[in-house]
Amino acid sequence: MKISRRRFLLSSALVGGGILIGYSALKPSKHRRANAELVTGEERYVTSFIKIEPNNKITIYVPHSEMGQGVHTSLPMMAADELDAAWEDISVEQAPAIDMFANGDLVTGFAGEFGLPGFLTGIVNASAVTIAELVNLQTTGGSSSVRFTGESSMRTAGAAARQMLVQCAASRWGAAADECSTQLTYVQHNSSGRSLSYGELAADAALLEPPENVTLKDPSQFTIMGKAISRVDIPAKVDGSAEYGIDAQSEDMLYAAIRLAPVFGTKLISVDAGDALSRRGVKRIIELEDSVAVVADSYWRAKEALKLVKSEFEFSDADTTSSADLFAGFKQSLSEDDNSEAMEVGDTEAAMESASDVIEGNYTVPYLAHAAMEPMNCTVHIHDDIAEVWTSTQDALGIKSRVAKIAGLSEDDAIFHHSYLGGGFGRRLPFNWNVIDHATLIAMEFNVPVKTVMSREDDMQQDYYRPAVASNFKAAFDANGMVQAWHNRFTGPVQTPGASHIPYAISNQSIRYVDVDTHVPIAAWRSVDHSQQTFFTESFVDEIAHRAGKNPYQFRMEMLANHPRHRKVLEVAAEAAGYGQNLPEGHALGIAIQESFGSIVAEVAEVSLDENNRPVVHKVTCAIDCGWAVNPDTVEAQVESGIIYGLTAALYGEITIENGRVAQNNFPDYEMVRMADAPQIDVHIVESGEELGGLGEPSTPPLAAAVSNGLYILTGRRVRSLPLKNHEFSHSTPIAQV
Amino acid sequence: MATFKVNGIEQDLDIEPQMPLLWALRDELGMTGTKFGCGIASCGACTVHVNGSAVRSCVTPVSAIEGQEITTIEGLAMVAAGANPSAPDLSAVQQAWIDHQVPQCGYCQSGMIMAVSSLLATNPNPSDVDIDKSITNVCRCGSYPRVRKAIHSLATA
Repeated sequence: MKISRRRFLLSSALVGGGILIGYSALKPSKHRRANAELVTGEERYVTSFIKIEPNNKITIYVPHSEMGQGVHTSLPMMAADELDAAWEDISVEQAPAIDMFANGDLVTGFAGEFGLPGFLTGIVNASAVTIAELVNLQTTGGSSSVRFTGESSMRTAGAAARQMLVQCAASRWGAAADECSTQLTYVQHNSSGRSLSYGELAADAALLEPPENVTLKDPSQFTIMGKAISRVDIPAKVDGSAEYGIDAQSEDMLYAAIRLAPVFGTKLISVDAGDALSRRGVKRIIELEDSVAVVADSYWRAKEALKLVKSEFEFSDADTTSSADLFAGFKQSLSEDDNSEAMEVGDTEAAMESASDVIEGNYTVPYLAHAAMEPMNCTVHIHDDIAEVWTSTQDALGIKSRVAKIAGLSEDDAIFHHSYLGGGFGRRLPFNWNVIDHATLIAMEFNVPVKTVMSREDDMQQDYYRPAVASNFKAAFDANGMVQAWHNRFTGPVQTPGASHIPYAISNQSIRYVDVDTHVPIAAWRSVDHSQQTFFTESFVDEIAHRAGKNPYQFRMEMLANHPRHRKVLEVAAEAAGYGQNLPEGHALGIAIQESFGSIVAEVAEVSLDENNRPVVHKVTCAIDCGWAVNPDTVEAQVESGIIYGLTAALYGEITIENGRVAQNNFPDYEMVRMADAPQIDVHIVESGEELGGLGEPSTPPLAAAVSNGLYILTGRRVRSLPLKNHEFSHSTPIAQV
Repeated sequence: MATFKVNGIEQDLDIEPQMPLLWALRDELGMTGTKFGCGIASCGACTVHVNGSAVRSCVTPVSAIEGQEITTIEGLAMVAAGANPSAPDLSAVQQAWIDHQVPQCGYCQSGMIMAVSSLLATNPNPSDVDIDKSITNVCRCGSYPRVRKAIHSLATA
């Protein structure tokens, strides 16, 4: 394995014996500012730490948030395997949100603050990079944890620790290191059969200089990686003991219910508290620049009292804006020739002019809310010139820094308390600050912890949305019916460069975008730009295939001659789905493929119409090439999850703007896929042995196109906008499934 | 005053009769295993048992459960075990949730497990249609295929 980054291995002795070893890969960053870059960048730099105690117990600190994607299991599996530890000897802890776990720098007072007596004393301060450059390095996003932290950090730390333990054992036995082997948390001397536990060696190992180069295992040597290990976070999630941000509690806690400006970006003008203050338990009405909050001794009391509070917000030009206006603006922007290049190959214009046939398709997708199951919330306690914060976040260090800044404190005076996340999907990434800022400002008015909770309505109406996008496609065919040119104009901003690109061998391609600016706040949403672009490109490729008179699967295979990994996943998915075989009466198959976050995913959706002519998705067959699988069961779970998330968006997902504000309130008008809608999902992992790809997101993008491509075959109706609930279908003009 | 039993323990709370059971559990009793999801009985994250039947606690005022027996996720195994001191720490449904690795983020799973436990108590061998009709909880992580498998494993066990 090649590591080109600057790196530092650190080790130190523990009080009472034992060793703590960490690995830090650092690179001064140029791209720290934008949310989009944080989730799409190709690298993350974080440290890992492995603690080995004299009793042979091993603790692995994971610097990423657990939001159901299984990183609290997958990352320790990688370290433990390289360490040659027994999985039973491993325990897992979330790394505290302190800079040390981002840059190897020690924060004085760590032990006192987190109650781990002095075990970090003496670690080398290896940081040559300023803290300013390292903000946000604990971010969990971009399907990055396992492929970056795991590959570049966890495995190396495990392998280094193993090497140091072997060196100690060999020296005790007066033997050479290569006469020793390791397994199940022990070092053996091969010829004599002597053995020592890691715990017995750890104190001595701590005195060694960490090796500069370590050798990682060949996959054939894996003992833990590649196995379907049960997730460490699941037991607490079946008995009610798992704690999420919203579960923070204390005896003296107060609770805030908040009403933010309904039209984004407007300010509060006046408040009429009515009888709210006389309600039981109500402490204060807090007026903030863009919101009003009621603070009470229970959330329900605060929420009920807020209903009595009248508030007026300033007038805004956006007050009359509707979704129709926004899409009309997108269309106007696209018609003006003021665009930026995403990709230019050949001469598309000339190919269009000389074409025998040109087809065109205008596509749109709406804004989407994240709708994580845990409504947004944040608890802040400001006391003794420090700020303590409890919240479910994909970016603990970023939150800590933000709360400190709002509270007028230094970053060192903020303490972050970790919890599980009740869903993230991009909503809990940095820069989506609204609940964090408000909770901090409200808590500054009290000397007890204040928990600010968004109602589901707040959560839905005050999100940072998946951007709505409009796109205009054209394709040109020559006299032989061969596609010669691909033209795509879409509305930006571009959050994920490359998402609009296609893998197909079309010699002339012009892909350009126009940035549009609306008053609707936007952010990353599971799979970011791939969610919109894949619906567009994989639907339009399907249009091209049908126009060319080709089977959509065969057409893709032909156009992907130079992409063997793509061809393989398409082939596996199509074969497993029974493509080309007889289907039940009234069923059809649609296919789509996309590479995102380093993984290639093909999906085949088996669809039909129910007695009311509404689309039904019976089964989704998915093939994923994510390089190889650290934990195959987690891979399958993540793929299932991304498919269901994509299906909710495809069938129902639509946030609309009316009078400048979000029209949807709660799940009844922002409907979700539930058990009755959930298809059978059949996942096939294609192990190419290439670099690890991401898992949290890549199965979401192809889903909408796979479903609507199937509906085209079933009904002859080409869907060019989502969600499907807005379309009428019938069996009147089916296309032959070929 | 509101008086009801939670996981076998009598509770007397000086709270408004309109306060939903969800907030009495979470903010008054500090029992946070029951989750707030939507506040309008749409998502099921707040599901508990009232006298053994699944109820969405976010719209159930405490006045409606006066004197009744509430079971939450924290007490599910204990109630399932009854007086049997050697019963396992988890109910069969909870164990199936581990065996099938059902939860992802896990936030909806307290409610999901309570809803499924109630279904299986009245219909020990539910068909897929039965499951679709009675389990209407929302899971944003999409654990549905595993929920279905876990339910069927319990039915055929």
